[in-house]
Amino acid sequence: MSLAPDLRAAIEAAKHHHGGPRPAMLEALRMIQQDHGWVSDAHLEEAAALLGVTTAEMEDVATFYSLIFRRPVGEKVILLCDGASCWLNGGDAVRDAVMARLGIGFGETTADGKYTLVNICCVGGCDHAPAAVIGRDRKLVGPLTADDLEGLLGEDAR
Amino acid sequence: MLKDEDRIFTNLYGMHDRTLVGARKRGHWDGTGDLIRKGREWIVEEVKSSGLRGRGGAGFPTGLKWSFMPKESDGRPHYLVVNADESEPGTCKDREIMRHDPHTLIEGCLIAGFGMGANTGYIYIRGEYIREREALQAAIDEAYDAGLLGKNAAGSGWDFDLYLHHGAGAYICGEETALLESLEGKKGMPRMKPPFPAGAGLYGCPTTVNNVESIAVVPTILRRGGEWFAGFGRPNNTGTKIFAVSGHVNRPCVVEEAMSISFEELIDRHCGGIRGGWDNLKAVIPGGSSVPMLPAATMRDGAIMDFDWLRENRSGLGTAAVIVMDQSTDVIKAIWRLAKFYKHESCGQCTPCREGSGWMMRVMERLVRGDADPAEIDMLLDVTKQVEGHTICALGDAAAWPIQGLIRHFRHEIEDRIAHKRNKRAAPVAAE
Repeated sequence: MSLAPDLRAAIEAAKHHHGGPRPAMLEALRMIQQDHGWVSDAHLEEAAALLGVTTAEMEDVATFYSLIFRRPVGEKVILLCDGASCWLNGGDAVRDAVMARLGIGFGETTADGKYTLVNICCVGGCDHAPAAVIGRDRKLVGPLTADDLEGLLGEDAR
Repeated sequence: MLKDEDRIFTNLYGMHDRTLVGARKRGHWDGTGDLIRKGREWIVEEVKSSGLRGRGGAGFPTGLKWSFMPKESDGRPHYLVVNADESEPGTCKDREIMRHDPHTLIEGCLIAGFGMGANTGYIYIRGEYIREREALQAAIDEAYDAGLLGKNAAGSGWDFDLYLHHGAGAYICGEETALLESLEGKKGMPRMKPPFPAGAGLYGCPTTVNNVESIAVVPTILRRGGEWFAGFGRPNNTGTKIFAVSGHVNRPCVVEEAMSISFEELIDRHCGGIRGGWDNLKAVIPGGSSVPMLPAATMRDGAIMDFDWLRENRSGLGTAAVIVMDQSTDVIKAIWRLAKFYKHESCGQCTPCREGSGWMMRVMERLVRGDADPAEIDMLLDVTKQVEGHTICALGDAAAWPIQGLIRHFRHEIEDRIAHKRNKRAAPVAAE
């Protein structure tokens, strides 16, 4: 499946907005991911061709940044904070509870394709620790507790 | 305590209107064109006289940094780059500025841009901050529509364009030259200095990289005068400062206070005290994960939250992200976790950092279990010294310092754990 026309147009526009094809690479990857959840080989190649850079250059950038997903992810990606403040405030218990509830570990996706769990270093929600961000708009939730994951998982918490 | 009328960020908690209309009501974008017409030199001098030191961690004087930019362009454009890649564990202050008070930053960008002869500014925002990016982009769009950005911005006669650039999850991109690499579309690997960015930064052009908070405070400094800002805190440690307090306090918070506030006042007044009372305090990381921890005794002995006091006590103010740990904390494990973080985030460019961060993490891992020889403590300390100062950027230092802080103040705890483990192992033998 190729990229939608408006996404192709946005990638072209990014070339001007960001000052050239190279600086627009990361933005192109980000936009693809925003629409598709992750960046497939086909999409990466198509974007590289649009920008006029090689696939290798694009891949080089894509794999350096941990928040560009090069493998399929669930509908909602949960970035569970692994930062110091979250750990101090019971982050381990929250992690265990989320894993138990979803039945997956870090880097895994639930069988129904709904959630992917990723651990991440400090999401900048230290005053709401333990914190996580969820979904493509990276909504910040916290403080979480092991007993109450509703803020994170909504009705799936039960 | 800082009085309400002296707060620069009057919407830090998002209780008011964050749009341009709301920002104007709170006094932002007031006479911006007039400030700029006072001239570049006046702006830089005023920022110098305010004593403002960079809020991103290093504490370098902001006015002085701006003065390094060439006075006249040699044909190359000048760039202002704002570091909004807030990733230092424990730090959550710039996020509040961007999502609730974005116009402070945008107005600051215009003034700072003019102050360094830049017609273009980039804000590099971390990948996780999607909503903050939206808030910021909405505010930038408003500013363009109102003529506050673009041609003859705010009627100042100065043209200024401002762009947002999104990162994608790399702590190292908070290092200024790595950030520039990333802006250029490369992997975020720090550059050798010199040349410094003021000479050759973004695309080889004169560039200054400043933290969000450093830029966002500038308009108010100019409106109220450098003297006003310099009136807070101690000499060489002036102004108001946003502190982010987390960990074992009753109410973690982000708060703007006067620089050089005492640690006890900060905690008691804004955070409802230490969880379980002051006697339950064990240690504090006063400036984000990269600075060495300090023990309770030091923090309770009149600790002053500013650059110089903390440096004199062999730690640092860093980003003013205060991480509080009570007696229940396994400090060895806490530092092992930080070691793991730095190992993960090392860009791998310099050998001492790439190899050292992993080595230090593995030794720390054994220290957590007590599965080590007491002599290894000094060996670990020695390795931290081999990493510190021997890398292109400060990530190597940042990986070394927390471990040094741990050994300096909690060596007994590491030794006890090793001894305990050994006794347990020896116990069955002794019983025979």
